[in-house]
Amino acid sequence: MRPIERGSAFGPAFSASVPVLLGYTTIGIAFGLLLVKSGQPWWLAPLMSVVVFAGAAQFMAVGLLASGTGIAQVAILTLVINARHMVYGLSLLDRFGSCRRFKAYLVFALTDETYGILTTVEPPAGVDPESYYAAVSALDQSYWVIGSTLGALVGGLLPFDAKGIEFALTALFIVLLVEQTRSVRKTAPYVVATIASGAALLFAGPADFLIAAILASIVGILPFRKALS
Amino acid sequence: MSLYVVGTMIAMAAVTLLCRAAPFLFFLKRRPPPIVEFLQAYIPPMIMTVLVLGSYKAVSLAKAPYGIPEIAAGLTVAGLHLWKRNTLVSILGGTALYMILIRVM
Repeated sequence: MRPIERGSAFGPAFSASVPVLLGYTTIGIAFGLLLVKSGQPWWLAPLMSVVVFAGAAQFMAVGLLASGTGIAQVAILTLVINARHMVYGLSLLDRFGSCRRFKAYLVFALTDETYGILTTVEPPAGVDPESYYAAVSALDQSYWVIGSTLGALVGGLLPFDAKGIEFALTALFIVLLVEQTRSVRKTAPYVVATIASGAALLFAGPADFLIAAILASIVGILPFRKALS
Repeated sequence: MSLYVVGTMIAMAAVTLLCRAAPFLFFLKRRPPPIVEFLQAYIPPMIMTVLVLGSYKAVSLAKAPYGIPEIAAGLTVAGLHLWKRNTLVSILGGTALYMILIRVM
């Protein structure tokens, strides 16, 4: 193993994370603002973003907390929303397999966007992969924490015309998909995932879309196992 | 400080962490079967496809502006990226176009 140069992972990690900076700060502001408007104390926004760090689940929690939903029910809904992360981990077993120092944090901080970057944007040669993964994850979380804190504290005061900037996250997924098509040059996974997404939209409804589409994709790719290997 | 709110938050944190850690805990001691090796290679492109399509699932083609900002900006991102392969140019270009289109359409 090459010696780890201090700080060398930060630059590449920062440039990989800029799209997330745009998306997480603005969506974080919206979350913080919404949470405070629903009657919660401001500090709950940064606290949730530090200990939960799951965007969709946090947005869901705003309404559930306001209506006093039981903790067990919130836990089950969180499980449904975040079950897709089990699949993410499954495809990172090798990549995180050699990680030691930051492995627990990497697993904790695995959001959709961080997953996309870590599986698509390779660290440059000479940069310790684990440090790069950790830097991307920590930067992404810091954007989310900063955004939600800002939203909770001063969200109501901001002249909020950054409307539409959240498209940066869609754009990030599109870029990562284009990059995937360069490294995985087979048509089957894209076709299978597109059909699975269509089926999920028809049969599962918007709330369960992601987990339904991902599970359907996995089932759908299995018949191609022989052809692809 | 409300015990209910903090308790709910801790439950959410625990469940989320469990989801993220489950595959690592499950394969901590045992070797992943060949099927998992196969899936590791093809899950990322499938998930990226699903995440892109999922970003578009709330877009309405039936009423104005008929999804034009989302679709035009998305094609711009893909086009820029195929052409220049500069992530920031692709993302900032497409996002800027989107922000303009939703204001003028």
